Amino acid sequence: MNQFLEFFSFADANVRYVTLGSVLLASSSAVVGCFTLLRKRALVGDAVAHAVLPGVCLAFILSGTKNPLILLLGAFVTGWFSLIVIDFITSRSRIKEDTAIGLVLSVFFGIGILLLTSIQHSGNASQSGLDKFLFGKAASLVGEDLITFSIVAVLLLVTTLVFYKELMLLCFDQAYAKTIGFPVRTLELLLTTLTVLAVVVGIQAVGVVLMAAMLITPAAAARFWTDKLKLMLVIAALIGAFSGVAGAFVSYTAPAMPTGPWIVLIVSMIAIASFSFAPKKGWFSRIARQRRNRRLILEENLLKLLYHLGEQKQDFFSPRSLPNLLERRNIPKDQARTGLDKLRRQGYVEKSKEGWRLTTQGQKRGRRVVRLHRLWELYLTQYLNLASDHVHEDAETIEHIITPDLEQKLMEELNYPQLDPHSAKIP
Amino acid sequence: MAMVGDAISHAVLPGIVIAFLVTGSRESVPMLIGAGTLGLLTTFLIEFFHRYARVQSDAAIGVTFTWLFAIGIILLSVFAGQVDLDQDCVLYGEIAYVPLDIWLTDSGYNFGPRTIWTLSVVALLITAFIFVGYKELFLTAFDPGYAAAIGLSTTAWYYALMGAVSLTTVASFESVGAILVVAFLVAPPATAYLLTDDFRQMLLLSVGLGILASVAGYYLAVWLDGSIAGAIATVTGLEFMLALFFSPSRGLLLRRKQVQPVQL
Repeated sequence: MNQFLEFFSFADANVRYVTLGSVLLASSSAVVGCFTLLRKRALVGDAVAHAVLPGVCLAFILSGTKNPLILLLGAFVTGWFSLIVIDFITSRSRIKEDTAIGLVLSVFFGIGILLLTSIQHSGNASQSGLDKFLFGKAASLVGEDLITFSIVAVLLLVTTLVFYKELMLLCFDQAYAKTIGFPVRTLELLLTTLTVLAVVVGIQAVGVVLMAAMLITPAAAARFWTDKLKLMLVIAALIGAFSGVAGAFVSYTAPAMPTGPWIVLIVSMIAIASFSFAPKKGWFSRIARQRRNRRLILEENLLKLLYHLGEQKQDFFSPRSLPNLLERRNIPKDQARTGLDKLRRQGYVEKSKEGWRLTTQGQKRGRRVVRLHRLWELYLTQYLNLASDHVHEDAETIEHIITPDLEQKLMEELNYPQLDPHSAKIP
Repeated sequence: MAMVGDAISHAVLPGIVIAFLVTGSRESVPMLIGAGTLGLLTTFLIEFFHRYARVQSDAAIGVTFTWLFAIGIILLSVFAGQVDLDQDCVLYGEIAYVPLDIWLTDSGYNFGPRTIWTLSVVALLITAFIFVGYKELFLTAFDPGYAAAIGLSTTAWYYALMGAVSLTTVASFESVGAILVVAFLVAPPATAYLLTDDFRQMLLLSVGLGILASVAGYYLAVWLDGSIAGAIATVTGLEFMLALFFSPSRGLLLRRKQVQPVQL
């Protein structure tokens, strides 16, 4: 607790730098990551992160200094170049995009390692510290780094805000953007530049491999909470910022702990939790929804069955035994029993000694299902000219889905019909 | 599929570290088991996120491998004192140390470098796997629908293939590190793919290209006094570039010449 207060009072300058740096970095790359994710090019960030290394080494070899600006410039150039190469390979040969990404990523990194080791072995004393680009140095950020981070973060955020509408169109409807005269190529280049910029700066904090996570993971998590791009950007930035703070806190309480990997670990846990538990899109709510639908379909099928049996002699309310029911339709016995039990509790059927029988309410609902089924069969035969023996299967599924609105429309289209294609009465 | 290889090569790290902590030695077998398990887990997680949670596939790959890699690095730093693996080695390995790790029996007989033995065994296993499963692998790769129709389990072969990928990755891990393995996995086949349409030829060609790259890479590394693995990766990239431009059947430069007469 004490440490908690100490950390969040931000009295220690180092804590301030590390936290602020991580937050700026994580949130700005999360925002850019949203766009690359939506363009289905999430792994491109990974390629750029690896391709930065030869640039850094080349800049060092050519300039002989470790001036951060020159190194960043070198990083920027090769990072950018790697994306051009990926595009070139995918568009000009039969190599697929993921292969091209893997290839460019590893080969650029290989060149980088070759240069880096060559520099290290050359005995040049001023080279130490270049390998910081490999693993990052989030825990040893200083004021100078922070200034660079802030400038880049602000630049990224402002650019996304200014070009928000254009970038959104680029992500969702490129063809439309082109037709209404947007400079799509230029916008693509802009997005590429933003990605590379985010990577080049971020890599110093979390390192080559984990940089991909800073771009992809918050965006992927945010995608599960909303369908609106604006909200998604905000959520992704918040997730990024939270993990930045949390990562910095962990490495503050346990100094042996590396900040970068902890940020990634935390953001990944948030993402995995989102994949599982997010309302509507999460795994669990999806399962729940499927189960609910399956139950609904079972119930409606049972009501329909009872209605069908009643229709023969117009005795809708006489009881039927379970074997009698299952004779007509193949439903597993236990399922049918639990389904009927549920219906009884809802007041659609009643149970007596002789078996199950519909209530007035149940008869009404059963009638509706049968009616929708027959309406749809008729619609298919009349409008799609399907043979009358081909339409049952389709109607069997659609009968559970049609809303009262659609029902009304169908009625109108079909001119309030009396009989379905099998000459059965539409109730 | 190429990026799944990349993901596996990163994600095996925690498996290696855990195997290391459990056994306390650098014995190859536990390491292979640990890493193999993690490799399969990665494949499974990616499938799971993609299919059941409906995460788009590239994001599923990215999230999974960075997550596992981060766990690996954290484990490394927690047990830094006890684990004789360092971060640089994880990323780009050092093949030059291979001759130093000698396999000595208790009686003192010298079998030569240990890594050579492990790698030979793995190479034999992979070759055997491809010979035995050639038809099945071929079918599941080219026509999964047909393969399923004639009763092959595409899932089982998929996981078997991913198991083989993990095995190769782990075996090469010490020598070349997590990232450069990808260059060896992806570049020679991609190059061969540009050169031929025949699958058998593609297999043989990629082996040949791999060998060529290793030899040339070694001399490049000596010349520049740099990492051997890095140099080999550089050469594989060079091979690919040459094939991209000068492949007799689909090279960009030669193809253009072939097209011209048609235009006239």
